[in-house]
Amino acid sequence: MSTKLLLDKANIEGIRFYKAYRENGGYAAVEKAFKMTPTEIVEEVKKSGLRGRGGAGFPTGMKWSFLAKPEGVPRYLVCNADESEPGTFKDRYLMEFLPHLLIEGLIISSFALGSNRTYIYIRGEYAWIPDILEHAIEEAKQNGWLGKNILGTGFDCEIYVQRGAGAYICGEETALIESLEGKRGNPRIKPPFPAIKGLWESPTVVNNVETLAAIVPIFNIGGEEYAKIGVGKSTGTKLISACGNINKPGVYEIDMTISVEEFVYSDEYCGGIPNGKRLKACIPGGSSVPILPANLLFKTAKGETRLMNYESLSDGGFATGSMMGSGGFIVLDEDQCIVRHTLTLARFYHHESCGQCSPCREGTGWMKRVLYNLEYGKGKLSDIDLLWDIQRRIEGNTICPLGDAAAWPVAAAIRHFRDEFEWHVLNPEESQVRNFGLAHYADAREVMV
Amino acid sequence: MIQFSEKSLNEVQKIFARYPEGKQKSALLPVLHLAQEEFGGWLDVPVMDYVAELLGITPIEVYEVATFYSMYNMKPVGKFVFEVCQTGPCMLRGSDDIINYIKSKLGISVGETTPDGLFTLKVVECLGACGYAPMMQLGKHFREHLTPEKVDSIIEECRSFSAINN
Ligand SMILES: Cc1cc2nc3c(=O)[nH]c(=O)nc-3n(C[C@H](O)[C@H](O)[C@H](O)COP(=O)(O)O)c2cc1C
Ligand code: SF4
Ligand code: FES
Repeated sequence: MSTKLLLDKANIEGIRFYKAYRENGGYAAVEKAFKMTPTEIVEEVKKSGLRGRGGAGFPTGMKWSFLAKPEGVPRYLVCNADESEPGTFKDRYLMEFLPHLLIEGLIISSFALGSNRTYIYIRGEYAWIPDILEHAIEEAKQNGWLGKNILGTGFDCEIYVQRGAGAYICGEETALIESLEGKRGNPRIKPPFPAIKGLWESPTVVNNVETLAAIVPIFNIGGEEYAKIGVGKSTGTKLISACGNINKPGVYEIDMTISVEEFVYSDEYCGGIPNGKRLKACIPGGSSVPILPANLLFKTAKGETRLMNYESLSDGGFATGSMMGSGGFIVLDEDQCIVRHTLTLARFYHHESCGQCSPCREGTGWMKRVLYNLEYGKGKLSDIDLLWDIQRRIEGNTICPLGDAAAWPVAAAIRHFRDEFEWHVLNPEESQVRNFGLAHYADAREVMV
Repeated sequence: MIQFSEKSLNEVQKIFARYPEGKQKSALLPVLHLAQEEFGGWLDVPVMDYVAELLGITPIEVYEVATFYSMYNMKPVGKFVFEVCQTGPCMLRGSDDIINYIKSKLGISVGETTPDGLFTLKVVECLGACGYAPMMQLGKHFREHLTPEKVDSIIEECRSFSAINN
């Protein structure tokens, strides 16, 4: 059993409500933190080594210390609950089943940052969750954890839930801020960064749901203890949402010392591949990160065991590695078609491009059309090089990272599965009725023994 | 004349109170959700103009937002909208088959509404339920782990709900 810090109480009857949450140690972290000064809280978070769980993995304490504090100007904390990266559904789990954990984390974080109005921006499709959150907020308020002069510190705080309306791009922090201001979700050109000019031109911190929930165990056990869990710069625990061709899809909390192989095959986690099929490939961190063929998933190119943490998953760079990303773990079995899967992702990014930059707006549509032709037996061999060229011209040439996020999956698919693309071109009819299969991407377990 | 019910007007006031003085424009997304719910499931131009007036902003500010976000309908839809996810993780678990099944069962293509005005079929991109695929959104809730049998029973459920409430 690995350490559980977030989901340890998930199975307690009634934990969604204040009574059970409080009786099981809830809000103790607020009591502890409110005895400290905001600066001490930020220091404690730095000590914990916590890294942002939204995808980029930026150290949270450091991010907090960048927040500008001009006299007489309000500051804002915004919780990013937009969760729209394909393969990712962990924040939903936290909000649905442990709403008070998030609220508790938000109270401590708001106090540390001096945010008197804190917003949870949640994707519009999670339409039933705002009621759950608002109920928890109301309970917290009735019990004196929110509102005016919390615990006699003189600190006032309200938390509000704002629903989005269907737009992946609103997960990008500046697009999210625009959306919260009642506008289209067009990312802003940076600088200025939100820490200087964010919501309504005020200094703003945007953090992911899981990041803010992790603040609670950090104060319960202390930053130093938190930092001892995990390995290296991957401290604490991480939620992984596992999906695709596995026996037990779902949300798992891991400490970041377990191997990818254990995660895929152990009954505690994914429980292996259904119907006795073999593993073909995996996207370990949400649709934006590079796909890895089975032979690079369990072992790095250097032959070391690959672990479920930031450093190990990215070992080898993009040539032979991938990324931790948002923790959306997508598994493909031997019968899945890489071209078709990549097409659905390209279609997704094209649909979600906000349209401000031409490389992203045009490039994503172009990649989608080329992939469509390849998938439906109308492609040419030169299309594969064309795809490579388009993705290369998007990457790094756009206002926000959605462009990169659209380019990387296509690049990685071609890098590792070029022969499958070629097979589609050379066997247009056969590719309509049959998939390429495993070919030389032999099962990683067979390679290893 | 387009006018929110008393209940919705109260709701709008509560939404305004979430933001600092002078920042009511932030209420636009939540108020458009309310408007779509109250005025027939889509946002007609007069509805958007009414929302603009309520928020004290120009109509174009409402149109540009309403057309940007995929949850706002710019044309009428059926009483029950099946929004089936088709992105990679759902595709790996058979969303293509479910979409085809719904098409043949309802006799419509993606984007169409049944002649009786009851059902609209839409395909959407990842809804954050990848582990419970295949899935669709129906109103405020998700329907997960879809099978043909489950789709049949959802269709039945909608038909009888509509028969009772007509
Ligand atoms: C296109 C795009 C989509 C994103 N979507 C999300 C999201 O759904 N949830 C999230 O927390 N962060 C998302 N991010 C990352 C945010 O911009 C931001 O880095 C994050 O909320 C910071 O929180 P953290 O430091 O706690 O990770 C996205 C970024 C990009 C470029
Ligand atoms: S990269 Fe794409 S999504 Fe990001 S700002 Fe440019 S067009 Fe919009
Ligand atoms: S891919 Fe369908 S819900 Fe995520």
